[in-house]
Amino acid sequence: MAGCGDAPYTSPMITELGHFALILAFGVAIVQTVVPMVGAYKRWPGWMAVAEPAAGAQFALTAFAFGALMWAFITSDFSLRLVVLNSHSMKPMLYKISGTWGNHEGSMLLWVLIVALFGAMAAWFGGNLPQTLRARVLGVQAAIGVAFFAFILFTSNPFTRLATPPFDGQDLNPLLQDPGLAFHPPFLYLGYVGLSMAFSFAVAALIEGRIDAAWGRWVRPWTLAAWIFLTIGIALGSWWAYYELGWGGFWFWDPVENASFMPWLLAAALLHSAIVVEKRESLKSWTILLAILAFGFSLIGTFIVRSGLLTSVHAFANDPERGVFILAIMAFFMGGALVLFAMRASALEAKGVFSMVSRESAILVNNVLLAVSCFVVFIGTMWPLLAEMFFDRKLSVGPPFFDAAFTPFMVVLGLILPIGSAMPWKRAQIARAIKPLRYVFVLALAVGGLAFAMQSGRSLLGPVGLFLGAWIVMGTIVDLLGRTGRGGGRLRRLARLPRADWGKMVAHAGLGVTMAGVAGITAWQMDDIRAVQLGESFDVGKYTVQLDDVQQVQGPNYISTTGYVTLFQDGTEIAKLEPEKRFYPVAQMPTTEAAISYNLARDVYVVIGDEQDNGGWVVRTYIKPMTNWIWIGCALMALGGLLSLSDRRFRVAAGAAKSDRTVPAE
Amino acid sequence: MRGLLLVLMLLGSPAWAVQPDEILSDPVLEERARDLSKGLRCLVCRNESIDESNASLARDLRILLRERLVAGDTDAEAVDFIVDRYGEYVLLNPPASGSTWLLWGAGPLMLLLAGGVGLGYLRGRSKATGADQTPLSADEQARLDDILGR
Repeated sequence: MAGCGDAPYTSPMITELGHFALILAFGVAIVQTVVPMVGAYKRWPGWMAVAEPAAGAQFALTAFAFGALMWAFITSDFSLRLVVLNSHSMKPMLYKISGTWGNHEGSMLLWVLIVALFGAMAAWFGGNLPQTLRARVLGVQAAIGVAFFAFILFTSNPFTRLATPPFDGQDLNPLLQDPGLAFHPPFLYLGYVGLSMAFSFAVAALIEGRIDAAWGRWVRPWTLAAWIFLTIGIALGSWWAYYELGWGGFWFWDPVENASFMPWLLAAALLHSAIVVEKRESLKSWTILLAILAFGFSLIGTFIVRSGLLTSVHAFANDPERGVFILAIMAFFMGGALVLFAMRASALEAKGVFSMVSRESAILVNNVLLAVSCFVVFIGTMWPLLAEMFFDRKLSVGPPFFDAAFTPFMVVLGLILPIGSAMPWKRAQIARAIKPLRYVFVLALAVGGLAFAMQSGRSLLGPVGLFLGAWIVMGTIVDLLGRTGRGGGRLRRLARLPRADWGKMVAHAGLGVTMAGVAGITAWQMDDIRAVQLGESFDVGKYTVQLDDVQQVQGPNYISTTGYVTLFQDGTEIAKLEPEKRFYPVAQMPTTEAAISYNLARDVYVVIGDEQDNGGWVVRTYIKPMTNWIWIGCALMALGGLLSLSDRRFRVAAGAAKSDRTVPAE
Repeated sequence: MRGLLLVLMLLGSPAWAVQPDEILSDPVLEERARDLSKGLRCLVCRNESIDESNASLARDLRILLRERLVAGDTDAEAVDFIVDRYGEYVLLNPPASGSTWLLWGAGPLMLLLAGGVGLGYLRGRSKATGADQTPLSADEQARLDDILGR
């Protein structure tokens, strides 16, 4: 709370320097696009070598500009229009910092900062890439930077000044003043933009006209990193929605959510198909296409979120400049890359030969399911727009559609996952792949059957979800154990398995855990809504909820109506809960802060509502079974990705040029 | 000051989702109402059903829906009643009729297409011979020799 109540401290110089650094970075990015590309075409080493220092300089300048903007937020410099619109001197420091990217202009600056960061990392760690490929990768990456620097400078400049600074700011949207959401956008952007690296590699490889196993190995760590960040970002956003929006929903199929989910699905497909390129030199053109599309969906996501087109057609019409600009960027990069793909894809011959049943074909099925499910999400998200444009029908596409149209693909994916991942490369026999899994399958069926017998309704959703979760988790453990061979010393061999194997196991198990959690909460949640007098208690399921007191509490930049609730189970007190209803006077906005008693089996979720005329209060109580499985599963998926990323062969591929280690067999 | 803020707070406070006074005394009817209202869109919100929404219009729709159910409407009749007045925009689950078949069919059609292409590719791969391996270029051969210490 430093500076609370002080007169706004202004620092004009650093803001101007930040603005200047941004313009310089734009210039450097243009140089980094043109010079190395020409150099690679003409085979001029000096020109190609420009890319590395340029990438470093571009990153340093952008980081400085971003730092300057953050400084303006931290010091509450109300001569900046952006700070006035999105900050307030009384706001806690964490949200002053996160306010830097909690708005359109700042978030675009973060976007381009991450583009520059990935470019610089490719320059620093790409020492063993062939010279022309590296120059082209950095050139394409810089071209993406150029487009977004131009977008920021010409349509969304964060450094715009006000002639007469007001005394205080208008505060950040209170819903965004939350630790979960403070770090949601940076992770999401690291993921979105991380896919730009895969795109740059794909376009550079198309220009080079060759893709080999080494390309697959270079592109995979970047995709994996992007996917890890997307996983964390999406999970943070979902968790935030769960506890902040006041009724415990975790996923709404909102266009903005779908915008982050589509790249995640394609990135998951890409990091699988890149394995086939790396190990078997097949699926090359498909992998290139996926790399292009995955970044394309990141751009579409940015477009959807930034243009406001799908939120409301009117929001778009009110400010078409930005939407049209991003649409042009998207058309340029996607159009260009796809034309290049059409011209060059036929030159990318597959080398590996494999039979209809093999690890390769299993990954192909995985890719078909992930890509088609992404397409379903895409069509559903765009349909209201398409229907209005082409059929003159104004309709909504909401959660019931996505639940029905998307879920079957995930069920099939979950069913085949353990079998596919147990198959060997080149030639497999289904019978042999299934054999070690048969006990697991029966056990998983038993878990599902038990769930069906224990639940009160006749719904299949919960049991099927638990079956899938058990099947995937146990199947993937059996697969890992199977890699240790027979006889003594298995435990030691287990510990010495490549980290990529462990990563695969942990990530797949995470998917199973998330699937079970989603099914559990969707199928078995209970709610209770009632008006309660102070001191009164009531039963929800096997819990007793007692409203002890309700008080007005003053927070740093809000006032809160806090309920004091005691939760009992079988007559024993298990938790004290303090649900709040907050009002942020500056932004004139109320928020709910649910109080949640967490555990692995269920969350008890209590929300305090309005005071009733007769003196009671509205209390909503939700029992949400298995909710935490969703986020534990996401954490496992991210952890699995990290384990895989830390595998020795990637460190070798990314680091020393004198790499001589052979790839460990999977 | 605090009193003023309290007044502002009460003014700014919306109704929060389903209110206790809306709930029907018949639990079966109430259950149907909750299920139906999860599929109806709050017209002034962003992608929220009337069951979740805090808007007063959503409250009106929830009450209207319950009135229809109490009056003896079937689920379909109650929903039709609302669709007649507010248009098919209120349906979160677009019915598979007319052009909306395209929406529902898009996924399965794409799956057939992708499955067909994938199967064709797999057939090609399983019949191909391994002879079409391009030999290493001179540069690559030199680097390989270097790595292998030859």
